[in-house]
Amino acid sequence: MVNDPSSATPYRLRALADKRILARLAVIGAVVLAVVGCFAYVGGWLSPNRLTQARMIDTFQEVNGVHPGFRRNHAKGVCIAGYLESNGQGARLSKAAVFRPGRVPIIGRLSLAGGEPYMADGPAAVRSMALAFRPPDGEEWRTAMIDIPVFLVKDPESFWEQLLASRPDPATGKPDPAKMKDFVARHPETARALEIVKANPFSSGFANSSYNALDAFRFVSASGASTPVRWSMAAVDPFEPETPGQSAAQDKNYLFDAAIARIGQAPVQWRLVVTVGQSSDPTDDATIPWPSTREHIDVGTLTINHIEGEAPGNCRDVNFDPLVLPSGIEPSDDPLLSTRSATYSTSFTRRAGETKEPSAVQTPAGGKGA
Amino acid sequence: MAQQLQFAAFSRILHWTMAIMVLAMLFIGIGMVASLTDYHWLVSIHKPLGVLILIFVAVRLVNRLFNPAPPLPQGMPPWQRFAAHASHVVLYALLFALPLVGWGMLSAARYPVVLYGPLELPPILPHDAALYAVLRTVHTVLAFLLFATFIVHFSAALMHALIYRDGVFQSMASWKKRSGRFAVAKQG
Repeated sequence: MVNDPSSATPYRLRALADKRILARLAVIGAVVLAVVGCFAYVGGWLSPNRLTQARMIDTFQEVNGVHPGFRRNHAKGVCIAGYLESNGQGARLSKAAVFRPGRVPIIGRLSLAGGEPYMADGPAAVRSMALAFRPPDGEEWRTAMIDIPVFLVKDPESFWEQLLASRPDPATGKPDPAKMKDFVARHPETARALEIVKANPFSSGFANSSYNALDAFRFVSASGASTPVRWSMAAVDPFEPETPGQSAAQDKNYLFDAAIARIGQAPVQWRLVVTVGQSSDPTDDATIPWPSTREHIDVGTLTINHIEGEAPGNCRDVNFDPLVLPSGIEPSDDPLLSTRSATYSTSFTRRAGETKEPSAVQTPAGGKGA
Repeated sequence: MAQQLQFAAFSRILHWTMAIMVLAMLFIGIGMVASLTDYHWLVSIHKPLGVLILIFVAVRLVNRLFNPAPPLPQGMPPWQRFAAHASHVVLYALLFALPLVGWGMLSAARYPVVLYGPLELPPILPHDAALYAVLRTVHTVLAFLLFATFIVHFSAALMHALIYRDGVFQSMASWKKRSGRFAVAKQG
């Protein structure tokens, strides 16, 4: 088949002495190395100081220790379930199925900020409510909200710096207040946000706390109109301030146990309130509140009628990624949204593969409530 | 009788489209797991692109039945023939496995598998966090294996193009109509 048997030798590289062949081999080597190098660069191996998902979660572990099986932040929590009764008002701004009039089943989680799953409840810990709305014939929507009116940092780098500043000093076992002071001094947006947080006292429990999504999103209507929004779960239970006597109680889980007792008595409700932003309102900075004169739309009532300890298959095994959004709700340009999605995902991946210890908050078998 | 020297035009189009998609996918994948602010937009390309690759590789496998690959040149050493065939089998296997493992792991984590807007894929596995953890690791291992196999494939293609010059590279890369016999370059 070949013209000349002696020419069937291109596969033998005995011609290596030939400079042209050597040069071509060098070109091949360089091109292949360049591709591998680009891959390594994109993967972060050539820039060990880059703030990656892994680095962020590693820092959480440095600050709080590793507690296998638990979330790296908001580690202490309890599962809840119930439904949202949508009144249809949200459909004006968003085409998402959850805003059509009717009932949407939800599961969720009440938790305290912080990476220690067995920490004692206390007045200083930020409380959170995470929800997954699961309309029977629509897309899922997940949101994770906290009970302070603005967030304390505006981007991932500041979040990480603030986390480092809160790292316990090996000598005292406690965070060094000077470091946090220094951080706040370098971040005027955090100083302003702290003032706003301090002006809003904590309530006495989970049930009478209101929870805010803080980050801005965009609602997209059926006609394609896009509106900047923020949303909150406004407590229906009347506000009562936290009293010093509460945290002095012997019960390390006094906040959670009160929530279990409250839901055991009767369902607890919140109103889902959407704040409609205007084009002048910042959507990329969760430390800045929008003017209080903005339109608020009450789009439905959340009813929580069930509470149970974390267990296989319930809220324990759900990642309340704030970017699990139905069509009709879109992320804004807030850099924290993608950052949260990324770090929650790394935290979820790590804990999903770890052996689980029982959670601190437990309920009698079968949970409480309907 | 003239030997078939070239892949069919449709096969070449499939190959080069997939080459771009798979290379983009590998870089998006490795980049997104290290990213914070870029994570979301990268993931929202990663998922639909993965499904597109799964569809393309299925079409390609069927296409092979109708448009078989041209024979390798005479005189190619047996180990190279084996390496060529084995790497192609591995590439096909990985291009099927990676999207399926990705889809499965998202199902096991109970993440909705959103493709675009309201377009979602149904879960293919039950909600099971431990299963998710295993599949998530498998996804990473297979992705590195795919990158390594791609590097071998790419290096071999360049060897054929620049060193062996035996027409194997042109059988996929040339857009000119080629017939006759495999050209065997003279060396040294």
